[in-house]
Amino acid sequence: MAERPDSLPNGSGAAAILAAAIGSFALGVFAFAGDAVPAVGRAFVFWPPTGALSGVTTTAIAVWLVAWVGLSRRWAPRDINLVRVNVASGSMLIAALLLTFPPFMDLLQGK
Amino acid sequence: MEISFRDMITVLHGMGFGVLFMLAFSGAIGVIYATAMVGSQRPASGWHNTMFRFYLISMAALAWLATLSGAYVIYPWYRAVPPAGTTDFSGYPRRLLLSSPLTAGWHDLGMEWKEHIAWFTPIAMTMVAYVFIKYGPQLALHRQMRNAVLSFTAVAFFATAVAGVFGAFLNKYAPVRGGPEIILFQDR
Repeated sequence: MAERPDSLPNGSGAAAILAAAIGSFALGVFAFAGDAVPAVGRAFVFWPPTGALSGVTTTAIAVWLVAWVGLSRRWAPRDINLVRVNVASGSMLIAALLLTFPPFMDLLQGK
Repeated sequence: MEISFRDMITVLHGMGFGVLFMLAFSGAIGVIYATAMVGSQRPASGWHNTMFRFYLISMAALAWLATLSGAYVIYPWYRAVPPAGTTDFSGYPRRLLLSSPLTAGWHDLGMEWKEHIAWFTPIAMTMVAYVFIKYGPQLALHRQMRNAVLSFTAVAFFATAVAGVFGAFLNKYAPVRGGPEIILFQDR
């Protein structure tokens, strides 16, 4: 929804915000998966000196950039309901922060 | 007075890129807030906007430099595996921390959290820089977008603070050292 008729459409900003949240959430999910499932952790070893961190972060960045490009193409010329985008982004960001917090990771794994 | 190569790179990562980035935060939040609050009511100076765009791009670049240097230069030194039979772990920080239950938490909580949470910062600051460049003073017309930008900036600040504080403590208990010695000053 447009907040003022004379402003730029908010679609580009909404796409950037939601994509950043999606990328952060992907990072949290991949970090947790790499920690919880040894086979996933091994699959994320893109560069052995850095271990699974290399794959976790590279894949999360790829997800972020693909989401950004995809959302921008769809939303750039339009006005988007930013309240919904913010709620979704905030939820993903909180989940991402929790999923990278080691005691929370351990709790989910029953350690 | 000398410093090892790895020490110097670690200082550049933390005290160079990281601290400069932290110092820039208060300025960024202040200007984003001020621009977004009054941007539509006053004519924006082109010079002011250009400088602030440069400021935010520099912050995003510093965030990427700090994160990439940490993950791909320092972290491999930190997690190096000692050869079998090694009893002196001073050159193997991760192993040194895990060798005692009194220090293992610095790795299990500190490094495990720091290595992931730090990546939120460059992602968030790249988005913040993009949105400010795209909308500038028009952020005042998009209250929800302004809220999101400020929230992501706050999360980036928190992530950097966690990474910075644990980085400082980790380097205190298990410093990343080694490589050629670099002489900074020599007594005559």
